[in-house]
Amino acid sequence: MILENNMTLTRRKVLVFGGSALAVGSLAGAPAFASLTDNAIAEMTGGAEIGEGAITLSAPEIAENGNTVPISIDAPGAAAITLFADGNPVPAVATFNFGPLSASRSASTRIRLAGTQNVVALAKMEDGSFQRASTNVKVTIGGCGG
Amino acid sequence: MAKGVKPRVKVPKSASAGETITIKCLISHKMESGQRKDGDGKVIPRSIINRFTADFNGENVIDVTLEPAISTNPYFQFDSVVPESGEFKFTWYDDDGSVYDTRKKIAVS
Amino acid sequence: MNLKLWISFGAAALATSAAAQDSNDLVLDGNAFLTEIAAPSHMENVDTIYSGWRFRTSETQALQSDDFDNPGMIFVDQAIDLWAKVDGSEGKSCASCHENVEDFAGLRPTLPRVEEGELVTMENIINECRTERMGAEPWKWSKGNMTAMTALIGLQSRGMPVNVAIDGDAAPFWEKGKELYYTRVGQLDMACSSCHEDNYGTMIRADHLSQGQINGFPTYRLKNAKLNSSHGRFKGCMTNIRATPFKEGGEEFKALELYLASRGEGLVVETPSVRN
Repeated sequence: MILENNMTLTRRKVLVFGGSALAVGSLAGAPAFASLTDNAIAEMTGGAEIGEGAITLSAPEIAENGNTVPISIDAPGAAAITLFADGNPVPAVATFNFGPLSASRSASTRIRLAGTQNVVALAKMEDGSFQRASTNVKVTIGGCGG
Repeated sequence: MAKGVKPRVKVPKSASAGETITIKCLISHKMESGQRKDGDGKVIPRSIINRFTADFNGENVIDVTLEPAISTNPYFQFDSVVPESGEFKFTWYDDDGSVYDTRKKIAVS
Repeated sequence: MNLKLWISFGAAALATSAAAQDSNDLVLDGNAFLTEIAAPSHMENVDTIYSGWRFRTSETQALQSDDFDNPGMIFVDQAIDLWAKVDGSEGKSCASCHENVEDFAGLRPTLPRVEEGELVTMENIINECRTERMGAEPWKWSKGNMTAMTALIGLQSRGMPVNVAIDGDAAPFWEKGKELYYTRVGQLDMACSSCHEDNYGTMIRADHLSQGQINGFPTYRLKNAKLNSSHGRFKGCMTNIRATPFKEGGEEFKALELYLASRGEGLVVETPSVRN
């Protein structure tokens, strides 16, 4: 349209073009970004119904540094638990597969969070059903190490 | 082999048969995420431990797939059943093909 | 004014952080570590001194409450290997002269100290061994092998109260350190005291300000996932207030280290501590 009305395409107009494309891109990008986790979960569950309540996800409400955030998961009867961080560039964090000698179906680890976001745990239970838990972790920046 | 990699493992020395014990494992590793850039703006290639396993007398306890979001010096804590005396074997798999392992014996009465 | 009251100030800035300091007892292997004590008499503006551990969230505190969970111990392990490693022209390791690192119990709380008119820190002592007796290259002040070794040697004194000499030969160095502590520098025109004396316990943006005690150094920081020297930390503070930092290992930072150590007199060595 702009090109039709005015055949001289200035540098500024190209920038406007680029800018609006970028704006649309980032608007569309935001929800798409968050759903990377949903997509991954949908792929794992094959669209099966996901229950809640049989899995516990423990994480600090506020993390002093996003580099090392302690996380614990506990889902009695789980065969495997996958952790996601929905605001990280790559949401997948880890998958714990419990072997025959695993006692409780629980584990703790330390993870990186790029900023304040939701941590999601998806458990595949031994009966083939799925359980989900999610918690928000606020990540603060700064620190003096004294 | 990545530099300065050193596993640390905490397993009780003894337990009673069928008891649940808690195990802690830590390995020194940078876990370079592949998201960072160096001073020249070039992406520093990903170099992480991508898998960790714990087995007891050849039977699996836990098998973990790690992504770059696992912190530097990966730490895991988990529970195991110990049916008889034997040996735990802990194995870490590095992106660069290196495999690090360490073993711990436990006496079961 | 007690810490809890201060924390409630901080809590107003970041409402949910108040619970973080509920655990006031640092217990390691069944031994309770003292984390607060009456300030030494030379401190005019502070009544009670607190370990930096008290200002961290319960999750960060927990990392220091178990030696396996403490990532700083990875580097202590590395230093145990370094201790026995031969280096330099004389074919010696630390172990060639010092059979047991345990023999250094009691050293950390007395450093820095004056030797033959010079103020020396643990880094100076280690490097003197390397250059004079091992014929090896000195280690850089804040590099991994140095911070690992200062952690291993410092650990031998864990639980012992800080007790540096500030009189006699040490007096001029201590005075210099004190002057630096109260001198405003940088584009933000701040002194050490602006944050760590006048405002400890409050929030600076999202961070809970401590008293800037150094009894836990070298400290493992979650921020960079490694051990950090006290001089490295001073440098970071100076950069944060947009000042040109002094040199690590230089006369200014050594004097400041002595003065800060003296502000922690009576607190116990926590090396290697864990901070954010």
